[in-house]
Amino acid sequence: MSNLLTISPSPHAKGKDTVQNLMWSVILALVPAFLFSLYMFGIGALVTTLVSVGFCMLFEWIVTKIFLHEQHHLRDGSAILTGILLAFNLPSNISPFIVMVGAAVAIGVAKMSFGGLGMNLFNPALVGRVFLLISFPTQMTSWPVPIESRLQYLDAVTGATPMSHDMLGKADIMDMLFGMTGGSLGEVAAIALILGGVYLLWRRIITWHIPVSIIATVAIFSLIVWLVTGDAGHNPVYQLIGGGLMLGAIFMATDYVTSPMSSKGKLIYGVGIGVLTVLIRFWASYPEGMSFAILLMNAVTPLINKKFKPTRFGESK
Amino acid sequence: MELKTFSMGGVHPADKKLSAGSPIQAFPVPAQVTIPCAMHIGAPAEIVVAKGDKVKVGTLIAKANGFVSANIHSSVSGTVFKIEPVADASGYTKMAVVINVEGDEWEETIDRTPDINANVDAYSPEEIINLVHEAGVVGMGGATFPTKVKLSIPLEKKAEAVLINAVECEPYLTADHRVLLEKADEMLIGTRLLMKAVKVERAYVGIEQNKMDAIEKLTALCASKYPDITIVPLKLRYPQGSEKHLIKAIMGKEVPSGRLPIDVGAVVDNAGTAVAVYEAVMKKKPLIERVVTVTGDSVKNPSNFMVRIGTPIQALIEAVGGLPEDTGKIISGGPMMGKAITRTDIPVAKGTSGVLMLPESLAHRGPLANCIRCGKCVDACPMGLEPYLLAIYGKNKNFEESEANHVTDCIECGCCVFSCPSNRPILDFVRFGKQNVMKIIRARSAKK
Repeated sequence: MSNLLTISPSPHAKGKDTVQNLMWSVILALVPAFLFSLYMFGIGALVTTLVSVGFCMLFEWIVTKIFLHEQHHLRDGSAILTGILLAFNLPSNISPFIVMVGAAVAIGVAKMSFGGLGMNLFNPALVGRVFLLISFPTQMTSWPVPIESRLQYLDAVTGATPMSHDMLGKADIMDMLFGMTGGSLGEVAAIALILGGVYLLWRRIITWHIPVSIIATVAIFSLIVWLVTGDAGHNPVYQLIGGGLMLGAIFMATDYVTSPMSSKGKLIYGVGIGVLTVLIRFWASYPEGMSFAILLMNAVTPLINKKFKPTRFGESK
Repeated sequence: MELKTFSMGGVHPADKKLSAGSPIQAFPVPAQVTIPCAMHIGAPAEIVVAKGDKVKVGTLIAKANGFVSANIHSSVSGTVFKIEPVADASGYTKMAVVINVEGDEWEETIDRTPDINANVDAYSPEEIINLVHEAGVVGMGGATFPTKVKLSIPLEKKAEAVLINAVECEPYLTADHRVLLEKADEMLIGTRLLMKAVKVERAYVGIEQNKMDAIEKLTALCASKYPDITIVPLKLRYPQGSEKHLIKAIMGKEVPSGRLPIDVGAVVDNAGTAVAVYEAVMKKKPLIERVVTVTGDSVKNPSNFMVRIGTPIQALIEAVGGLPEDTGKIISGGPMMGKAITRTDIPVAKGTSGVLMLPESLAHRGPLANCIRCGKCVDACPMGLEPYLLAIYGKNKNFEESEANHVTDCIECGCCVFSCPSNRPILDFVRFGKQNVMKIIRARSAKK
């Protein structure tokens, strides 16, 4: 025996979760959606995802090694995850230079300048996406037609997303569910995203509070509007499976760092995202409101944490 | 089978009850024992023997010093060799009586026959409380709160039920499990004595589902002989053995923040304590020995021993095949709330439920990462606190906010650290905040 015994305060036992396996589990949960988008968008999906992940890792390495002179944390998977999520929010035929700019903003600005993993206020992938949406509106809103343009990348034939106002209500619901419609490369197949979400819930990596409150709020709010206006575009089914809603509700809004800590807080946050998404989709100039809604609620997360505390043991009685 | 449990938080550590199948073995009396005079919560007992005095097994060697304190008896017969400060599991030194063993002569008053005496009616509540006090019985689950104090219920309060804590939710430990199997009658009669002492008609014994053999045995026994005692099977979940969480699981009541179990009508005692109460009252035997689980992943023969108080832990380790090669940490108690000890010559005390030898691979904390605000500590906290926040306040010495965020509710169960993916030392800072807030509260009430 070595004569040295370790001394530390209790507990001396530890659960299995580590940052690394949580991040990799989320990446695993994104695999079905990625396979779907490979089938839909072919080369474009593959290239865009690889470019995004590559640049996210590169920028994180540059910032930690060269600017901060610290050990890099690439192995924890968080830069890879940001890269995948950023790519999932882009059209598959987007230029790699634009992707690079998005990655620089996501990692360099939204994540590392706040202090790295765990310190950022806003979801890095969404900050990257919104930056690109504002900077390159045309490239960001022309989506390749699925399947037909699988073998093309930058020259893919583009078409409108079912979320644009003139298209809403005309697309087939089954097509949307199975990703047969245009859109950003990772958001199109609601079924694959839900599958990933079920896995995350089963592994207890996320709790039900955020996805369920977002989906329920969007469903109820758009149902009310639909009943009042009768506009086919307000049909709650389209609102739920169209656009980035599922990707946002399951993978973006549930980002640990930028979402509230308590279950109560998570519900409030989810309802807020749901309401804002519908408001933006129906009455603002963007057909897609999920990214903005999540970022806006990211901003109030610290307030939610302050205001909505968990119920304490023995508090009510 | 319906399984009860508490409502919020909690974790599921691997239970690793390696020694569950080994019956309690009487541990040989060592050549020398070291009996500390502070083995309980409250004031240290006042030593009443001097160097050179002859003592027998059961001779009073230190007298309870005040209301919250406990008598201490010699666990061996022999001569007092010296009285000096000795380090215990906490690492602090405390006055202790060191006795050189000569033979094994017991005080004549102690009934050493194995006969079961179930005649609870022969004693009044006052007599029971007095005998429990005389025998120096303390909570044997680890908290070591003097049992007499728990039984002395203030006039304005009323007990409704006695709860026997046989949860043993700490991984590895099996001392209570073996007591349930091997001393079932003693435990249940002890429970009846506790019921009589606090004047209630009902008792519940909470046992987790990983002790099915004990649940079945006791359920059958209660059905035939002890109809006033109910066995309550509980779902496997840590920290169910926490007093407040056991009350919640069994009675469905929450002890309000800052209050005691008696405020919701509960008197909770450990299964081992119930046996000690039985022995104190029916056998006039003071608390001089206890069951200790000696275990670990690489230990050759994980065992349960009936050990005289004051036996050096080193002797226990030798008895299970010696300290394993790969040992990196030795813990007095279980892995969730036990204390890592620095040396093996420290004595077994009244609250020593186990000695756990962890291999080097489990001895260290994982690499520290940034807090990713996942909220797992919040979900895991069985008290509904926000451990991450309390840790920040503790670290920043912001004791005002620590207090406002109820740091004093923390039961130090360790669920937050257990669940943390970033290996943050959450509880270290929460404890620091809690200790300081307690100090501030004491100073404030002293001023008034």
